[in-house]
Parts: sequence; C-alpha cells; structure tokens
Amino acid sequence: MMGVVNTIRAIGHRIINAVWRIGVASRFFFLTLLYSGNSFRRFHLIIKELFSSGVMSLIIIVVAGLFVGMVLGLQGYETLKRYGSESALGVMVALGLVRELGPVMAALLFASRAGSAMTAEIGLMKATEQISAMEMMAVNPIARIVAPRFWAGVISMPLLAALFSAVGIFGGYLVGVVQIGVDAGSFWSQMQAAVDFREDIMNGMIKSLVFGVVVTVIALFEGFDAPPTAEGVSGATTRTVVTSSLAILMLDFVLTAIMFRGA
Amino acid sequence: MERTTLDLWVGMFVVAGIAALVMLAMKVGNLGTYNVSDTYQVHAYFSNIGGLKPKASIRSAGVLVGRVTSISLDTERYEADVVMSIDKRYPFPKDTFANILTSGLLGEQYIGLVPGGDTAMLKNGDLMKQTQSAMVLEDLISKFMYSKASEAAK
Repeated sequence: MMGVVNTIRAIGHRIINAVWRIGVASRFFFLTLLYSGNSFRRFHLIIKELFSSGVMSLIIIVVAGLFVGMVLGLQGYETLKRYGSESALGVMVALGLVRELGPVMAALLFASRAGSAMTAEIGLMKATEQISAMEMMAVNPIARIVAPRFWAGVISMPLLAALFSAVGIFGGYLVGVVQIGVDAGSFWSQMQAAVDFREDIMNGMIKSLVFGVVVTVIALFEGFDAPPTAEGVSGATTRTVVTSSLAILMLDFVLTAIMFRGA
Repeated sequence: MERTTLDLWVGMFVVAGIAALVMLAMKVGNLGTYNVSDTYQVHAYFSNIGGLKPKASIRSAGVLVGRVTSISLDTERYEADVVMSIDKRYPFPKDTFANILTSGLLGEQYIGLVPGGDTAMLKNGDLMKQTQSAMVLEDLISKFMYSKASEAAK
C-alpha cells in the first residue's frame, strides 16, 4: 500500500518539477530577450560567440552534409532506378535536404557540438562562482553572458543549415552525376523546376531559425540552472543534448505539418 | 576599432553561409529561372482538371511559358476555373487551345498551349474558350472495356 502511494507521489513530484522548470525557462527566455539590447551595443561579444559556436561547427557541418548528400544520392538512385526515373534524383536530394535534413541535421549537430559546450561553460562558471562575482560587481550575468551566446546561436543556425544543404546537394551531385552518371542537365533542371524559393528554401530557413532559438535557450538554461558541482554540470550537459534533440525532432514534425501540408 | 583574426573567421563564416543561401536560391531553386513580375493572367474553364495543381507549369511546344496561379470551382457553370500567369515575352492568339496533359505516364500534369490562327492576341484577364480536360485513367479504361464488350457481342 505504501509502495503505491510513494510511486504516485514520486510521479506527481516529477511532473510538478518539470512544469516548474518550464516556467523558469520561459522567464529566463524573456529576460534574455529583455537584456539583448545591451549585447547588440557591444557587438564584439556576439562576434566572439559566433566564432566559438558557428565557426567551430563548420567542419562537422560540412563533412556531415557532404556524406548525407552522398548517401541520399546513392540510395535515391537505387530506388528511382526501379521506376526508370533516375533523372528525378536531383529533385529528391534537393527537396530532402532543403526541407528536412538540412535544418534538422544541422540543428542536431549544433546541439551536440555547440549547445553542450555552452551548457558546460556556463555551468562551470556557476560552479566556480564567476556568476555570483559578476552579480556582486553589479554586472547582469544574463546581459553579459547569456544574451550574446543566444544571439550568436540564432544567427549561426540558419547559416549552418544553408551550408549543410548546399554541401549535401553537392555530395548528391558527386555520387549521382560524377560517379554513377545520371545526366547533369536533367539533375539540375528538374531540381530547379521542383524546388520553390519561398515555399521550400525559405520554410527550411524559418525551421532552422526556430531550432536555433530552441537549442540555444535549452543549452543556456541548463547551464544556468545546473547544480554547482562537477556531477551537476555533467548532468546538465547530458540533459541539453537529450532535451534539445527531442525538441528539434518534435518541433520539426509540427513545423512540417504547418508548412507543407497541402503543398 | 581594432581588427582581429577572430573577426576574419566570423566574417568568412557569415559570407560562406550567405553564399550557400544564394547558391540554393539560384542554382537549386527557381528564383533564377522564373520571374513572377512580367506576366499576364488568362482564364480558362475545364470540365475536369484531373490532378492539376496550382504552380503547375504551362508549356507551349515544350517550352515553359508560365504557371497556374489558382484553381477554383465556378458554381454557375460547375466547371473548374483555372487562372494562368503567362510570361509577357510570349503573346498567344485569342483562339489558343489549352489542353491538360501529363508528362510521362505517371508524371505531373501541366497545361499545354497550342496557338491558333487569330490575329488578335490574348490580353490580361481574357478567357481561353477552347479547352480540353484532363484524361482520367479510369474513364479511358472503362471506354476500352465497353468497346471490348461490344466487340465480343458481335
């Protein structure tokens, strides 16, 4: 009897705790937006964070994009060959990358490459009491630490997604046209006929912008909220990657349902 | 303001990202190939449009000359009202014939324009009177079955 009560109590506790954290995270997000004005006036802070989150993610994004595109080219060719429509390979590779894989894969890589680093950095700042020291000196830690990282993430995410898609299409071209020998003319012309700038490319960019906001807010909040111990920081880093990956995939479904239904 | 190598890297990153976006727009998307502004709009009524969708291409002699803008059902005639935007560079005679065709056996449907001999040209807002509806596969099959059945009865 007591076991059942305790189980229910534990479940209730977890749910209340989760709702509590969502509330605190929302307040944190609004505070970040509120104090962003300061960080735009000191743009060099954003530049510095753009380097550590955007530029440092370039290699993983480019290499992953190239290989994802090559796999798409190979698999797409094998499937399309059965229907005798190899010339539609360009359409398949481009639409797959621009609409879904570009924004989603770039965001997942960004979450594990840059998001985890943000959480660890801020968590460690908190553990070594650098954040309390800032507050002591009347420096707002959200304006000084969080807002620049947030805007750097939001700016770099669409750029990384665009790079991922572009490199991926090049990878598909390498395998499809150069290696297998699909006609280059129909590869590009069918792609141009099927991909719409506003409908496909812009919607993909909007997706990656949303993912950028979500990933950086989760990463920064987890860092800020981490218990100031070595264990707490490592747990927060893990939660960042898990939560933001799940959030990306779920949001992707919602956004796809809104954007591409009926198209 | 002093310049650092950091700024250079960030600049390169931003330029690469924007270049990728421009490349996507021009090389992959249709922004480079099709200009929306210079078009004139023409109506046509079809008794059946089959699987025609907005943004389907309009071709004449196989050349892309425009796109379908909107499709709606006219409740006075109970026919599909198809609005087409055609590139201003390509004027068509008033008695141009509009057919709904299919590219390949399972491909998407498009409108094919066959120009007539009229000297007056179509203007913005004009109606194309001669149209031919989409071929619906089920109708074709049922026609074929009927003709086979009547052959067998003879």
